[in-house]
Amino acid sequence: MDSAMQLLLSGLASGAIYGLVAMGFSLMWQTSQTINFAQGEFVMMPAFLVLAFMNFAGLQFGLSIMAGGVVAVLILGPIFKKLIVDPMLKYGTLPLVVATLALSIFLREAVRNFYSAQDEPFPSLFGSGVIKVFGADISIQSLSVFIIAGACALALDMFLNKTRTGRAMQATAQNRAVARILGVPVERMVLYAFCINAILVTLASVLITPIYLASFTNGEQLGLAAFSAAIIGGFNQVRGALLGGVILGVADNFCATYVSADYRDAVPLLLMVVVILFRPEGLLGRREERTV
Amino acid sequence: MKQQSVLRKKLMLGLSAFCIAGMVMNAGPAHASGTVFIPQILELSGPGAISGTNFHDGASMAIQEINAAGGILGEQISTTVLDTQSDPSVARAQMQSVLDNNPYVILGPIFTGSCQSTMPIAQQAQIPQMIGGLGANLTEEGDQYVFRTSLSQADEMPEIIDYLANKLHAKKISIIWVNNDFGKGGRDAFDAAAKKRGLQVVADIPVEQNLQDYSAPLAQVTEAKPDAVFVYLNEGGSARLLIKAGHDGNKIPIVGDTTLLGAKVVQLAGSAANNIKGFVDLSVDMPVPGIKKFDTDFTKKYGYTPDENAIKGYTAVYTIRYVATKVGNFNSQDFAKALHGMTITPAEVPQIFLSSTWSDKGGLARPGFFAQIDNGKQNIIATLPKLGN
Repeated sequence: MDSAMQLLLSGLASGAIYGLVAMGFSLMWQTSQTINFAQGEFVMMPAFLVLAFMNFAGLQFGLSIMAGGVVAVLILGPIFKKLIVDPMLKYGTLPLVVATLALSIFLREAVRNFYSAQDEPFPSLFGSGVIKVFGADISIQSLSVFIIAGACALALDMFLNKTRTGRAMQATAQNRAVARILGVPVERMVLYAFCINAILVTLASVLITPIYLASFTNGEQLGLAAFSAAIIGGFNQVRGALLGGVILGVADNFCATYVSADYRDAVPLLLMVVVILFRPEGLLGRREERTV
Repeated sequence: MKQQSVLRKKLMLGLSAFCIAGMVMNAGPAHASGTVFIPQILELSGPGAISGTNFHDGASMAIQEINAAGGILGEQISTTVLDTQSDPSVARAQMQSVLDNNPYVILGPIFTGSCQSTMPIAQQAQIPQMIGGLGANLTEEGDQYVFRTSLSQADEMPEIIDYLANKLHAKKISIIWVNNDFGKGGRDAFDAAAKKRGLQVVADIPVEQNLQDYSAPLAQVTEAKPDAVFVYLNEGGSARLLIKAGHDGNKIPIVGDTTLLGAKVVQLAGSAANNIKGFVDLSVDMPVPGIKKFDTDFTKKYGYTPDENAIKGYTAVYTIRYVATKVGNFNSQDFAKALHGMTITPAEVPQIFLSSTWSDKGGLARPGFFAQIDNGKQNIIATLPKLGN
């Protein structure tokens, strides 16, 4: 029982990380029909900006997070939109997907060349304490990630569904022309989505890098896991992305322990295929109809 | 029509020039006359980046010291470093390109898979290679041009098994190993030594070398309820596992080898590395003369604590100087013949730190150590007699 609980808690903690990153995927899709395959690298980069402020500018950890966070949000939000998304989106989704794939390689290599090819330690915001939950151990760090991911999902869901700006963002995603006729400032709504995604990935970066270490390769697995999580949970629902992440994390742990560790890499893809076959909109997703 | 043909020719010419320029640039700078060329083929990026960077910095420090003292046989050492990207196929291409520049001896690679992919080419060219790989099979094939800079997995595993059985009184062991040539070799050597000793491997867990989240492997260990877990991963993986084990409140003793107890792993894992124990091939904390000066000079020069790979790179270059001086020329074949069966002691070369003997297959014999991490520092708890060969 204890070991099953340990597996569950450990899976929840990992799943919350996937969920946090998957929320960004979901948000970008909901508001601007953008699939960002550089999302994993977006999570990797802010940690290196924080480290650069610490190690080269000599700032303290707290100040470095603030400075690195501001720079990361600017680069991954408005600058990303202006330089990559705006010029490509008018040619459709596929060229944009290819552009974000190229961006992921560029970001990875840029960090490798300009900062380090080695793994780097990253301080934790929450210390290294461990607490007991139902007889199993969980670190305060992992618990914090889980709570913050849950709070983000709740806040974003409320923002998108309960506020005027959130509904305007969703209207923009569903039909830009109609949204514009209705007086929605479409360009501003899209910019908001990019800024929120940038804040989310920066937050994820600061939360998970103490566990994963800062490495230029961090985005590879994380991006794929988060993409799978978003599809499993429902690409058009922020809370679905979190659920997808949690399911993925827990299934991965139980499969590796009770089925086979050799096939654990296939778990996200298998879950994704099953969901697409039986519930294409995702577990919490909404059916959408679009004019093509 | 004719204009198109001219354009096509120009394009082909341009492309050819571009390709040739690329190949020339990739081969690294040609060495100047009056110098001896000792190139390095190392893992400067990818999962082996920590090992490769350490080896490179250690070798470069030795090269600078030797050049400042007049070089080898009056000639300065020239070097270049080519990145294998921790990929055996890239390592093979780098080896092919570097052989065009008449190297005397080649340093690296470190990953066992990259060593395996480059060794046949160096052997065919009859150029000696000082490798950092630990794979037991690397010096079993009878390649006359490959030489170890460290002990092999086959040397260290029986010592680790002895420690698990005698000191920890373990009967059931779990092993977590990285699923590449290095990991497979280590796992096989560990399994063979465990069987010989009657220890039971209750969980045999391979992990991918880029794995970030060690929740599942650790959960498997917990489920198997072993007396101890043996960890055999690359540096980054080792640190991630220790951090995650700390987060999950792990209470099972963790044992490893040089990599797990390496300086970079301890730095990355912080307090999570405390209390781990294991076999150490080389360490800046080993109780031998000269190592403290090396540690101080290296740390001052590069800004980080050297690990065993830095010592391997450093001692490899001093080995090359000693052999070349002994032979009296820069003939690569003479170098290979001379190093087989040679013993170099710290009395002859202080920078070699430990008495080292190379076998007729290029294997290395020298003393080893057992260490424990206390408060983020490696403490040597036992010195073992000369192992290997």
